Amino acid sequence: MIQIENLHKSYVMGHNSLHVLKGLELGIEEGEFVSIMGSSGSGKSTLLNILGILDDYDKGTYYLGGKLIQGLNETKAAMTRNKMIGFIFQSFNLISFKNAMENVALPLYYQKVSRKRRNQIALEYLDRLGLKDWAHHLPSELSGGQKQRVAIARALISQPQIILADEPTGALDSTTSFEVMEILKEINDQGKTVIIVTHEHDIAAMTKKIIRLKDGVIEEVIKNGELQLFKDRVRTE
Amino acid sequence: MFDVDVWQEIFSTIKKNKLRTFLTGFSVAWGIFMLMILLGSGNGLQNGVKEEFSSNSINIMWMWTGDTSIPFEGMKEGRTIKFNNGDYSYLKEKGENIENVSSRYYLPGTIIYTYKNEYGSFETSSCHPSLLGMEKVNIVSGRFINDLDLNDFRKVIVIGDNIKKALFKEEDPIGKYVKLNNVPFKVIGLTFDKDRHSERTAYIPVSTAQRIFNGADRVHTFAVTTKMVSTAEEAEAITDKVREGLAARHKFDPKDKKAMGSFNMLAQYIRTMKIFQAIKIFVWIIGIGTLIAGIVGVSNIMLILVKERTREIGIRKALGASPASVITLVLLESVLITTVAGYAGLLLGVGIMEGINYGLEQALATGGGEGIFFRNPTVDFTTAITSMIILVVSGALAGYLPARKAANVKPIEALRDE
Ligand SMILES: Nc1ncnc2c1ncn2[C@@H]1O[C@H](COP(=O)(O)OP(=O)(O)OP(=O)(O)O)[C@@H](O)[C@H]1O
Ligand SMILES: [Mg+2]
Repeated sequence: MIQIENLHKSYVMGHNSLHVLKGLELGIEEGEFVSIMGSSGSGKSTLLNILGILDDYDKGTYYLGGKLIQGLNETKAAMTRNKMIGFIFQSFNLISFKNAMENVALPLYYQKVSRKRRNQIALEYLDRLGLKDWAHHLPSELSGGQKQRVAIARALISQPQIILADEPTGALDSTTSFEVMEILKEINDQGKTVIIVTHEHDIAAMTKKIIRLKDGVIEEVIKNGELQLFKDRVRTE
Repeated sequence: MFDVDVWQEIFSTIKKNKLRTFLTGFSVAWGIFMLMILLGSGNGLQNGVKEEFSSNSINIMWMWTGDTSIPFEGMKEGRTIKFNNGDYSYLKEKGENIENVSSRYYLPGTIIYTYKNEYGSFETSSCHPSLLGMEKVNIVSGRFINDLDLNDFRKVIVIGDNIKKALFKEEDPIGKYVKLNNVPFKVIGLTFDKDRHSERTAYIPVSTAQRIFNGADRVHTFAVTTKMVSTAEEAEAITDKVREGLAARHKFDPKDKKAMGSFNMLAQYIRTMKIFQAIKIFVWIIGIGTLIAGIVGVSNIMLILVKERTREIGIRKALGASPASVITLVLLESVLITTVAGYAGLLLGVGIMEGINYGLEQALATGGGEGIFFRNPTVDFTTAITSMIILVVSGALAGYLPARKAANVKPIEALRDE
């Protein structure tokens, strides 16, 4: 699904250049449930943005679903995002003046699905996430957990192969966080590739693979079977 | 672009910012409103002046004589110059750029008009048949003087409405005889002039006037129409040529305005219209200026709006909005605000001018409005359409910068959590 080789990314600010990703290698298969961890500033968001074609990289190759993602123009990039990727953000990023249903329906608007049809689909997705009764509420009238579920519905509506979530539980209390993780797990069980960035070991432990970033490369990959070990190690740390 | 969804997107943002949208639109509406008021007023003034000119052919020219004031070829000043029938033939046959000629002989003393027991004194204009078109004589019944009347020295007369009322009361004057100092003239026509310039005037053939009132071949004034030209200079050149010709015949200096006076309406007309053209250009400059101020306002506010909406635009882009769709969103909103507001201003401006026009016409119809130097102060259809096009284009211009800015929003920057 995702094949990255020798990925380099620097941020240039005036005369200074910050080398964030330094020859990163990464492969993620279809249907994986991956969390990316690492200390603050280690480049997790940077990597996720590149994966989501929200940002470009300087060197290396990135294949998404067998397609080389490189130097796409904005329109193409937007189209690919729309079709292949669902985003979930820490701060939800719902549009404040649109109600839950309209927010969920937005990706389909950019696929030129008729208003009636996309609202109907949006309602179905909201229903699945237990938010049917909140469909006509504005984001400001929803709790954090509800907002994140709306955002998840929005990420799912275009039926992407990959869900990218940058600290999806970062703004939620622990109970709600676990609820959200349960939902992501279900999504993964249905065959979608889910990649999340998180700081919390408890959250990471709910995924099937943990990638630890350090100094711009992958320091460690902890696979399914080793997760229990990882948990124990974290507890003693 | 004409997708209902796009409009729904736009309306939802407009609804969210009613006051801001109103204030923006107001500046545009004001600009176009002022433009319409100014243009309408300019037109009204111009039409009023045109109306003043309209009682005669605009290419009419009058000539009269007096005493010389400049010595000429050894002759002292103070000689009296007099036109005669020979000058008529000369102008008619050899006058350069002259189309029609009518000569006038002033009847001596006071002429008393009598019909049955009624009598009065009126102005008598002796003329050629061509005066009909030159001075726009408005015949309401019967006919004007013709060539036969002139050649046969017929005693026929065309009278103005006031003369008819004074002498004939309710009677139909056509075919009746009115006496001018005891000489009977047959009434052949009746004129009516809504501006009352010539209602107390009667017209008789100049040949008859000369014969009956001892005029011999004396002519006091000429009215001629000249070739239509488009500049005042050309019109003046025609005047000069005519003056030269007549000066040569009567031996006076062509520059001697006392020996022979002349007034060329066309030159005057062209000069006056030129002033209005200048006024019109001035009005457009002011109007467009006001409009530009409005557009800059719109552009500014759209820029602020785009800034406010950076995050939203970032979200949209992350979810699959292409730069083109973002541009459309901002541009259409700008065009919508300017067009709707501008149209409102246009309607109001045109409406007010039409209202004034209605009032004016009402006043004129009821006989009031005398001396109002203002006619039909409205804006024509083409101008309104032009303004509309300017509006849409300016709406697009106003939206361009903000739209560009919006299209350049980078999702990762817009979505970064602080
Ligand atoms: N647009 C940018 N311009 C310049 N520097 C940036 C930009 N985005 C990120 N950086 C820098 O790159 C480094 C990696 O940032 P990144 O956001 O990927 O870290 P992160 O691992 O997501 O950290 P956190 O856990 O705090 O979210 C940081 O030092 C950050 O300051
Ligand atoms: Mg981050």
